[in-house]
Amino acid sequence: MAKGERKAGAVPPSGGGTDAPAGGFVQLLTPDGEHLGSVTTADGTTYSVDFTDEEYRGLYRDLVTVRRLDAEATALQRQGELGLWASLLGQEAAQVGSGRALRPQDMAFPTYREHGVLYCRGIDPIMPFGLFRGVDQGGWDANEHKFNSYTIVIGSQTLHATGYAMGVTMDGKTGSPDGEAVIAYFGDGATSQGEVNESFVWSGVFNAPIVFFCQNNQYAISEPLERQTRIPLYNRAAGYGFPGIRIDGNDVLASYAVTRAALDNARNGQGPTLIEAYTYRMGAHTSSDDPTRYRIASEVESWKAKDPIARVKAFLTKQKLAGDDFFAEVDEGAKQLALSLRERVLAMPDPQPVTMFDHVYPNGSPELDEQRQAFTEYHASFEGSGH
Amino acid sequence: MAEKITLGKALNHGLRRALENDPKVVIMGEDVGKLGGVFRITDGLQKDFGEDRVIDTPLAEAGIVGTAVGLAIRGYRPVCEIQFDGFVFPAYNQIVAQVAKMFYRSKGKVRVPMVIRIPFGGGIGAVEHHSESPEAYFAHTPGLKVVTCSNPADAYTMIQQAIASDDPVVFFEPKRRYWEKGDVDLDAPLSGAYPLHAARVARPGSDATLLAYGPMVRVALDAAAAAAEDGRDLEVIDLRTLSPVDFPTIFESVKRTGRAVVVHEAPGNLGMGAELAAKITEECFYSLEAPVLRVTGYDIPYPAARSEEEYLPDLDRLLDAVDRSFGW
Ligand SMILES: Cc1ncc(C[n+]2csc(CCOP(=O)(O)OP(=O)(O)O)c2C)c(N)n1
Repeated sequence: MAKGERKAGAVPPSGGGTDAPAGGFVQLLTPDGEHLGSVTTADGTTYSVDFTDEEYRGLYRDLVTVRRLDAEATALQRQGELGLWASLLGQEAAQVGSGRALRPQDMAFPTYREHGVLYCRGIDPIMPFGLFRGVDQGGWDANEHKFNSYTIVIGSQTLHATGYAMGVTMDGKTGSPDGEAVIAYFGDGATSQGEVNESFVWSGVFNAPIVFFCQNNQYAISEPLERQTRIPLYNRAAGYGFPGIRIDGNDVLASYAVTRAALDNARNGQGPTLIEAYTYRMGAHTSSDDPTRYRIASEVESWKAKDPIARVKAFLTKQKLAGDDFFAEVDEGAKQLALSLRERVLAMPDPQPVTMFDHVYPNGSPELDEQRQAFTEYHASFEGSGH
Repeated sequence: MAEKITLGKALNHGLRRALENDPKVVIMGEDVGKLGGVFRITDGLQKDFGEDRVIDTPLAEAGIVGTAVGLAIRGYRPVCEIQFDGFVFPAYNQIVAQVAKMFYRSKGKVRVPMVIRIPFGGGIGAVEHHSESPEAYFAHTPGLKVVTCSNPADAYTMIQQAIASDDPVVFFEPKRRYWEKGDVDLDAPLSGAYPLHAARVARPGSDATLLAYGPMVRVALDAAAAAAEDGRDLEVIDLRTLSPVDFPTIFESVKRTGRAVVVHEAPGNLGMGAELAAKITEECFYSLEAPVLRVTGYDIPYPAARSEEEYLPDLDRLLDAVDRSFGW
């Protein structure tokens, strides 16, 4: 399809399976582990996945692993080893599905909760721990891993992603199946930010090769979705001139299939898509939050029944693609990874204080050089004095 | 060969040369294309370099700067135009929280070489939000380099140096000086140019040092000329760089003259003048014959245009401060 031919506006999803929100969503794997094969939305697009048995098992392994890493981080935070942690518990399917849908050349712009996507990008999972432990501010190589720094100011990264996507177009890297695409992650709360709206405007106007991946986990800290919007978030895309689609965010297959298709559309020159992954944050917003103040236990229980991992396990079991040995082996592998991570986190040295003066300016600064010098001399003056 | 051109035209030539020399340079902003910007600084550039190099953007400042960050990560060198000083604030978050910190956050792995051009200052009889001097907000932010030019020759080289630099640069343009002319050597190679982050002695003198930047350099030079008639030999330093400030040049001068007067349009409270006075006091205390004095805008929102002549530091207020310095 040539540029502009693609129908803009909302694409009402097909209805979806159990417990779909009003208006439906794209779902390929039900909470019971039933694989629906394929789904066709009202605009005639068909979504399906065609994984090998090994790939299905691989997705399961990813989900279990990132959940285990997240649990380890939560434990480390409680033990005082991390200053803060933003847990992804409950959002594994949205992250792993979309993360695995990325091709190597695609670039991702995360918030602060995308540990699952980071894992899918092949980054050493220790990386975000430096940030939350307070030994650095991230510090992985965004260009090497095609995964930008975490962004804590809500919504800002969507503009970075949009600009990057404009650069992809300017580099002539769209319009073919091996072109590049960009994905921007953000939450439901972020959709209220001006910068997110600006990124929608920009992406529409410049037909940028970008996928906006909103994880609607129903809350922005304590504020429920109704405090951000009166319409389903995916419907907003219509106002900016590109399609929006809602998926069952707890369904890793839907997350994969729809994101893969949207990224391919983007790389082929068809412009942006907004995906709303309808999901739920099972834990606290961050480790400093008390969710019992603003949500009820029965709500959390009802979402437990839609667990993103349990349904893949049910599917693998039903289809006899995996048995107890496999599940035990995956658990054990995840546990070992988590334990080694724990060891490495505990061994993370505090940075040499003087390094805080590093990397302020690519070309340095005489004022800073002086301060670094004074700092060094001041500290040296204590040497041997018992301080 | 030197040509006599306006400061605005010099910027235009500098931008043109940057676009010619580096295919990664892109200009983006509101009305920068067909119109050439509201001050015509980008006049004719879109016609010659195309819509992909000189990009007319939607009307949203955070968007201009935020997408420029993405382009810079991608390997481009965006030059953003903010239409007027008072409209930079919607982009403030992107500039201080993102542009300034990308390099630090990534431990030096992500560079965002970009320039944010802001026409600033008063004196053109404009309505609200069109005459402000917000430079201290940016100079206060580590990770940003902040510069401003005061004459056509500097405008021409400094804009090119800012674009060529890997540091993110906030580039303040003295809008009331856009139409003033001066000699510019358009063929001079950038490699031999005066350094971007160095102050310049705009007029040598021995009795007192006037420190000025951007639009106030002209006022300081006029004041020095007037003082000369009274037999006072004032040195004028054009700071050119507000972050980092070129303190060695300033200290050398003040130690020699024993007196310093700082002048700027921005409100005095916690402004550039406060920083300069503090640093000079720390470094030149035993050479000072008088406290460092400041001549600045008042601590009020920029007033309505019919009052701006009273608000803006002028020749008389500056000479009055010089008198006070000598009266100490
Ligand atoms: C601009 C800004 N305002 C406030 C905050 C504090 N804050 C951190 S996370 C958050 C809620 C974000 O909610 P949402 O976008 O839905 O993402 P989620 O955390 O649910 O994944 C808030 C208010 C912030 N980081 N940035």
